Amino acid sequence: MIYADNAATTKMSRTAIDTMLPYLEDGYGNPSSLYALGQRSAEALQSARERIAACIGASPKEITFTSGGSEADNQAIISAARIGARKGKKHIISTTFEHHAVLHTLDKLANEGFEVELLPVGELGTVTPQQVEEAIREDTCLVTIMYANNEIGSILPISEIGAVCRKRGVLFHTDAVQAAGHLPIDVEAQNIDLLSLSAHKFHGPKGSGALYARRGVPLTNVIEGGAQERGKRAGTENVPGIVSMAAALEESCAHMEENAVKVSALRDRLIAGLARIPHSALNGDPVHRLPGNVNFCFEGIEGESLLLLLDDKGICASSGSACTSGSLDPSHVLLAIGRPHEVAHGSLRLSLCETNTDTEIDVILKAVPEIVNYLRNMSPLWKDKISGKKAFVL
Amino acid sequence: MALYSEKVMDHFRNPRNVGVIEDADGVGEVGNAVCGDIMKIYLKIQDDVVADVKFETFGCGSAIASSSMATELIKGKPLSDALKLTNQAVTEALDGLPAHKLHCSVLAEEAIRAAVKDYYDKNGIPYDPAQFPDCGHCEGCST
Repeated sequence: MIYADNAATTKMSRTAIDTMLPYLEDGYGNPSSLYALGQRSAEALQSARERIAACIGASPKEITFTSGGSEADNQAIISAARIGARKGKKHIISTTFEHHAVLHTLDKLANEGFEVELLPVGELGTVTPQQVEEAIREDTCLVTIMYANNEIGSILPISEIGAVCRKRGVLFHTDAVQAAGHLPIDVEAQNIDLLSLSAHKFHGPKGSGALYARRGVPLTNVIEGGAQERGKRAGTENVPGIVSMAAALEESCAHMEENAVKVSALRDRLIAGLARIPHSALNGDPVHRLPGNVNFCFEGIEGESLLLLLDDKGICASSGSACTSGSLDPSHVLLAIGRPHEVAHGSLRLSLCETNTDTEIDVILKAVPEIVNYLRNMSPLWKDKISGKKAFVL
Repeated sequence: MALYSEKVMDHFRNPRNVGVIEDADGVGEVGNAVCGDIMKIYLKIQDDVVADVKFETFGCGSAIASSSMATELIKGKPLSDALKLTNQAVTEALDGLPAHKLHCSVLAEEAIRAAVKDYYDKNGIPYDPAQFPDCGHCEGCST
């Protein structure tokens, strides 16, 4: 099997598994319990908090553990909105191609009377600090813009956007789910007030994430109950998941540069090879791009068929077609960068990590053109384009 | 449970009757690129029987499997039977489709009806227009 869907989730590292196991076995104490067994869990939790904070340039008290990236996004945005509302500020700036954890939370706030302004992301899928600066108003309470896009891999100028927000006194949240462990994060230097990350995107376990909130930015609970996480996130802490997340993040950050060099070389081979397929196009920013992200549209075919046939060859990938999204519309990200529906249906995302190999890239580069050809040969849409009845889009 | 039944995957991996009939007696095309699926059915009619049928499909796994199954169900059958083919029959023959994929079987039914209508039109064969209602179930059709 060739796993090329690392933006969906990653395989847990040996370190992450080994770190977790003792807390699934004998170290099962509740961190809130007084006895030694519980206190050992509390210490492990504190150590994980310190290590995660160190990886992103934060202090331990600024880290709140969550169930993952989505919860962290929800809590960050809702918290900033409540802070804003108390001051009568109800304008929020974001982008059209955020993750649904952000967009749906913003929808909810819009229904509550917030004014949500989504900045266009252009053909490359990015926004400029100037766009953000021009959009900021007196009543803006939050700018929430992702560090890197999960589908097309564009890396956004987060440091510069953070600087603009700090200058204008507006809270800045970034969904760093695709960035953490893969791109450098320094919340101080990058002027980040709130940041979300998720363990399973950097070889940690599913069900664990973290929200960084700068000191002085009060969080609003989205889960009520006990006094865990300084009363800001109720529920007995997922100790095995959290300690494992800390180990995985430390490991990913320690090897970040070498991994990026290796993975981006694989990525660039894949992009160059797939670009040879006629009437295809790379989606996203070719330069400011996550090391592992490859995303193409192939005209005249539908993505789900492509994925099923790749699966038959043992290749795991994903697509932004409507058929794989479970809705009638293709990926909002591909539509946001201006791809028409018919082309967006024919998208393929391959996301690599440091354990992928050149041999695997060879296999993918043989399989994809064959399957695209096969599907085009049975596609009446493709035939109409070849015969000139319909125009090519790409 | 897998997304699709074994039957769907079989017809998707090994689609029957893919291709074009150059001298087709009736051709029907339904769906559109915006929605992400287009089916085209070619019929060869002899003595009111579907002597041959081929399809081309742009679409997901269940669209290709539905086209394949639908062609199998009408091949060699009287035209009157082909006209009676329902999306339920296609779905059942495939051992079911996920709920959000049922429209693929509807497209297969409509593509066959469109091809039969084309055959009637080309040959001046009278028919009741009520037999061929506009589909109109999909927003993309207007674009």
